[in-house]
Amino acid sequence: MSNEPLGGLATAPQAAIGRPIADVVAASLKSRYASERRFRLYGLAAISFAVLCLAVILFTIIRTAIPAFTQTMINLDVTLYPQEIDPEGTRDPETLSRADYQRLLRDAMDDLFPEVTSRAERRALFAMLSPGATYFVRQLVIDDPSLIGQRVRVQVPLSDDFDQLAKGRIRADTAEAERRVSDKQIEWFERLRSRGMIETAFNRTLFSAGDSRSPELAGVWGSVVGSFWTMLITMVLAFPLAVGAAIYLEEFAPKNRFTEIIEVNINNLAAVPSIVFGLLGLAVFISFFGLPRSTPLVGGLVLALMTLPTIIIASRAAIKAVPPSIREAALGVGASKVQSVFHFVTPLAMPGMLTGSIIGAAQALGETAPLLMVGMVAFIVDIPGGPLDPATVMPVQIYIWSDAPERAFIERSSAAICILLGFLVCMNLIAVVLRRQFERKW
Amino acid sequence: MIRTTLALALMATVAAAGSAEARDQIRIVGSSTVFPFTTRVAEEFGRTTSFKTPIIESTGTGGGFKLFCQGIGVDTADISNASRAIKKAEVETCKQNGVEKITEVKIGYDGIVLANSKAAPELDISLRDLFLALAKDVPDGKGGFMPNPHKNWSDINPALPNKRIEVLGPPPTSGTRDAFVELAMEGGCNKIPEIEALKKTDEKKHKAICHGMREDGAFIEAGENDVLIVRKLEANPNAFGIFGFSFLDQNQDKIQGSKINGVEDNYENIASGKYPISRSMFIYVKGQHVGVIPGIPEFLKEFTSDKAWGPDGYLADKGLIAMPEAERAKWRKDALDLAQNVSM
Repeated sequence: MSNEPLGGLATAPQAAIGRPIADVVAASLKSRYASERRFRLYGLAAISFAVLCLAVILFTIIRTAIPAFTQTMINLDVTLYPQEIDPEGTRDPETLSRADYQRLLRDAMDDLFPEVTSRAERRALFAMLSPGATYFVRQLVIDDPSLIGQRVRVQVPLSDDFDQLAKGRIRADTAEAERRVSDKQIEWFERLRSRGMIETAFNRTLFSAGDSRSPELAGVWGSVVGSFWTMLITMVLAFPLAVGAAIYLEEFAPKNRFTEIIEVNINNLAAVPSIVFGLLGLAVFISFFGLPRSTPLVGGLVLALMTLPTIIIASRAAIKAVPPSIREAALGVGASKVQSVFHFVTPLAMPGMLTGSIIGAAQALGETAPLLMVGMVAFIVDIPGGPLDPATVMPVQIYIWSDAPERAFIERSSAAICILLGFLVCMNLIAVVLRRQFERKW
Repeated sequence: MIRTTLALALMATVAAAGSAEARDQIRIVGSSTVFPFTTRVAEEFGRTTSFKTPIIESTGTGGGFKLFCQGIGVDTADISNASRAIKKAEVETCKQNGVEKITEVKIGYDGIVLANSKAAPELDISLRDLFLALAKDVPDGKGGFMPNPHKNWSDINPALPNKRIEVLGPPPTSGTRDAFVELAMEGGCNKIPEIEALKKTDEKKHKAICHGMREDGAFIEAGENDVLIVRKLEANPNAFGIFGFSFLDQNQDKIQGSKINGVEDNYENIASGKYPISRSMFIYVKGQHVGVIPGIPEFLKEFTSDKAWGPDGYLADKGLIAMPEAERAKWRKDALDLAQNVSM
């Protein structure tokens, strides 16, 4: 008991009386090095496993997504008969948009295959074109009415089954009953291909259109715009509120039981499952305040509630990291408390706050569960023009596409995942750059 | 900077408070099974008419009726998709909330298939054997019930393959599951005399036996996503999957449907009612919204046109099983007249 004050370390050499300390150290050295090596190895193994998993996921998603960035198109020579499009020659946009372009396209197909006459066969022939092909012709005419009366070459998309056939995802060597395209249709398709009329083009629709039930007409733009408006509302509300709350709690609030309870609750709120915020949004914003369902406004409000705790916690940490000497110096030269906080502490904490906000926003950008409750998981074709138009967001678009039976939607949902990942990587990069640029080391 | 953001936030809130008064597009809620069809019609409707494209939420049939029956007014839904007929209790709720004019429109049929990978032989199974393969409790032959002992298909019927029973299906929240339990499981269990006898003596027990799905790993709840089930079937030739006909229709090169009671699950057999596991799909229209929300009659006209729901229509291409001519004519008339054919 007398050597107790010397601590545990002293007992080892005493137990090995007679041996020099260097020997004891040398004897244990090997196992100590070994344990260090083991630990490094564990760490390396864990990291490699994580990297491998990530690589596999990314590889599968990107590999599945690549075909979605191209679309098989057909170059058709369409005669734009004036008597069909605009019999009175008024060139009124309303008349032009209502004309029967379907018929013009059918005429063009009939020209190519004059031998196809029976009703059933003609149906099979026209099924090769996308149901949206007419909109391409219509847009062409509306953009340039002087084309009416001419024979023009129009590039229109093929329907999804033929797109998949061209991409080899529907195989011609399977039995006819087992694929969605008939032998006859494959023959027509090959004839068109040998005439050089089939072309694989960059899938611009994917980046410019809203949702559609036809894969070749579906795009992510509607949901990107929806995500933009939703995130705008979220950040406009969450950022000032969260920063204000963090500054008050950190700099002004008295430290008593009441503020402690608030603090604990903010931390708890950060761990609440996001669907709960959706239920809250449904009960409060839609049922009580009567805000319109499915709009970015309601979605943004719900996501703002969800991101508030994340930003508050990050902002408080950033404020805490500003050394007290800055505050004291400010007070010392005669600044008031408010001046010291807003002129010195907040600007210095701002990079940390922004980083926290961007990470919070990235989290909100990937969220679907709370939006389910406020009606944003919906089929919406029109591109939203503002926060009060019905809209959906990118993760919801992925969710809807991944549940669609058409095979072409599988690659499109992967493409949408790539686009969403791209946005998330960009946001995190901005956070990193901000931190590098403006962070002060003390 | 903080001042401006605060001002913006305030403006957004004020702008919101004044809105939500008018609505110029149709709002549809309800079943995820009917969703692919209604969305297709909505898209066509939005592109070919001057009306805005309707907004369609996939909430499930029950969730849809909840929203639909919330009341009347622009903040409630106009149409509800349903993969079953409306229940009495739901009609009651509707009535209590002032929804008194409802038009029911049957839009067609959907078959539920039991499918497996093309790499394995096709299965031909009776509903009775299917029940014995998937039920939680089966008769023990002594008048009582025991937990399902069948490990392999051949344990039930030597004609079936000597392979482990492994079926992937939807969870209880799904309408497909409801329909499968009601049509296949209940249909199968009533083929067993001792269970059918139970129906008269102990209805509750009868229902529990008929509707109970195995929980010992032979029946696997694979989530709502049918695409995922199809992919799992491709990877595992010994497994079977339960899902809607449209997924089989789109993947016929990789998976095959099983014959049920000797009937193949193709379009013709489902349409004629020969295939036993098929259900009707409906849409329900709120009569009081007609004239308030623009485009409802025009939307119904598009939906009930042969170009949409006929046997050669664009919905058939998405996997809808069309009704026979006479039935279509009847429902078209109801839809266009906005007949109040749901007894309140």
